[in-house]
Amino acid sequence: MRDSRSSRVFQVFNTIVLLLIVAATLYPFVNIVAQSFSSETYIRTGQVNLVPRGFNLTTYQLVMSDSVFWTSYRNTVVYTVVATVIAIVLTTCYAYVISKRGLRGRGLLIGIAVFTMFFNGGLIPNYVLISGLGLKNTLWAIVLPNAISVFNLLVMKSFFENMPVELEEAAQIDGLSTYGVLLRIVLPLSKAVLATMVLFYAVSFWNSWFAAFLYMDKAELFPVTIYLRNLISGASSAMSTGAGTSDLAQTAANIKSVTMVLTVLPILCIYPFIQKYFVSGVMLGSVKQ
Amino acid sequence: MPIVPASPPRRRRPGANGKLPWHIALHRDWQLYSLVVVPLVFFLVFRYLPMLGNVIAFRRFQPGGSIFGEQWVGLHYVRMFLGDPTFWGVFGNTLAIGALTILFCFPMPIIFALLLNEVRSRYFKRFVQTMSYLPHFLSIVIVAGMLMQILSIDGTVNQLVKLFGGEPIPFLQQAEWFRTIYLSSEVWQTLGWGTILYLAALTTVDSTLYEASRIDGANRWQQTWHVTLPGIRPTMVTLLILNIGTFMAVGFEKILLIYNPLTYPTADVISTYLYRVGLVSNNFSYATAIGLFESLIGLTLILSANAISRRVVGASLW
Repeated sequence: MRDSRSSRVFQVFNTIVLLLIVAATLYPFVNIVAQSFSSETYIRTGQVNLVPRGFNLTTYQLVMSDSVFWTSYRNTVVYTVVATVIAIVLTTCYAYVISKRGLRGRGLLIGIAVFTMFFNGGLIPNYVLISGLGLKNTLWAIVLPNAISVFNLLVMKSFFENMPVELEEAAQIDGLSTYGVLLRIVLPLSKAVLATMVLFYAVSFWNSWFAAFLYMDKAELFPVTIYLRNLISGASSAMSTGAGTSDLAQTAANIKSVTMVLTVLPILCIYPFIQKYFVSGVMLGSVKQ
Repeated sequence: MPIVPASPPRRRRPGANGKLPWHIALHRDWQLYSLVVVPLVFFLVFRYLPMLGNVIAFRRFQPGGSIFGEQWVGLHYVRMFLGDPTFWGVFGNTLAIGALTILFCFPMPIIFALLLNEVRSRYFKRFVQTMSYLPHFLSIVIVAGMLMQILSIDGTVNQLVKLFGGEPIPFLQQAEWFRTIYLSSEVWQTLGWGTILYLAALTTVDSTLYEASRIDGANRWQQTWHVTLPGIRPTMVTLLILNIGTFMAVGFEKILLIYNPLTYPTADVISTYLYRVGLVSNNFSYATAIGLFESLIGLTLILSANAISRRVVGASLW
């Protein structure tokens, strides 16, 4: 009797704590969405918390009619797609090879990759290298230095390691080359891990800002994260084109919210659908021993 | 005709001693090796070349010159930061923020995972998990934007302050608030994602152990303490070592976005300082020396954490 009552008390308490955590996690999202639909006067007097007040869409129109915003947005899409494709190809190749247990030099190849998790060249040598290679103000400054994430590499490696060896041996006996085995047997069976990797890479490239901040000097090359960063830090006058100047300062807070909402929107849209994949993906890479 | 081994190519039996000679391995597996060529070039150029590039910490670098610098200056730049009072300030800040991050960001996901593990309804559990992962997928720029909005003079936090009769506080302008802000946003971002591995580990804890402990009269708290926590200890140790390894690399990007000269006294860390020295003031060699020092401390920390944990708890990363 006593036990079951105390455990019921615990269940109630636990549920409340977890709901509070969820509320605290979601609040900032709800807040920016509410602000993005509110009119500036309510925002400035701190009256917008959970629901929009003075509902209006004019700021959305304003931001979306700004050609600089769209250029940045398009840049982000291009950077993300190119970088993700390259990253997936390189990561898959390397992961597949280091998953082959009998391979001579496998340990060395793994070591080369893993050591870079614990020691790296540091900011300045990287900067000097990228500038020296003439990659500044090109897409490659964002893509190439981050083409392989060792964490993702290890997740893929352990996925490949768990594949039945017999399958590949059978395919080899049937006359497929190593490339054939990889392309026609292994990859079609690896959709779950590939989906996870695409998600991880795409999200990280979509979100990245520092590489662009370091290596891009021209506004027409900025990804949307830099556009947003300049907006937030006040480094750029709120809008470069479009609206008249008088109400610019007034709508600043509103513009920030709208830009933030538009920037996270793609992630929020795909998030519910791929959520289950990445959880299993992370576990794939970790639960062994 | 190249000599082909008498037996058909097949996986070596485990435990067979003596390695395959390189020329036979290359002949047999050249297609596999060909796949690593491009990724290897990536590692060598973008990961190992910058490591060598650290040599400009000991040479005078001229912008536009060789990436390895122009002439040897020995320990000139090392002595420079050892005698630089700003450096010691930011060094202290790095230690403080790093230690606080481990203190808060390491145990929180464990507690959260334990609470989640007690939830009976699968739907509620999945709902809480799904929501808690969300911040992990945000750009740090968005996080900074949200922080500025919520902490602004008219923001939500100050509304609460006013509700309880306080004066609004310009949080992001005050050095004494910086660490609280940094840490709470860090917990907010990492809490949910950090639980994934623990939840996976929790499913592997042997359920008969719970039954046995219940028969021995253990209450829920004692079960957690004596069964659950020891069960996830390997995961905890692994993640703790990894956390210690990133001790020095405290949230550089976030700090860069939310700090300002007013909060430098508590917010400026080694990496942000070297960013300003190197890329704002163009003192590349000096900044490299600082960065090298930082990386070496990080490497030492993770090596020692790993060695200690292998001796003490028998679990290690390698």
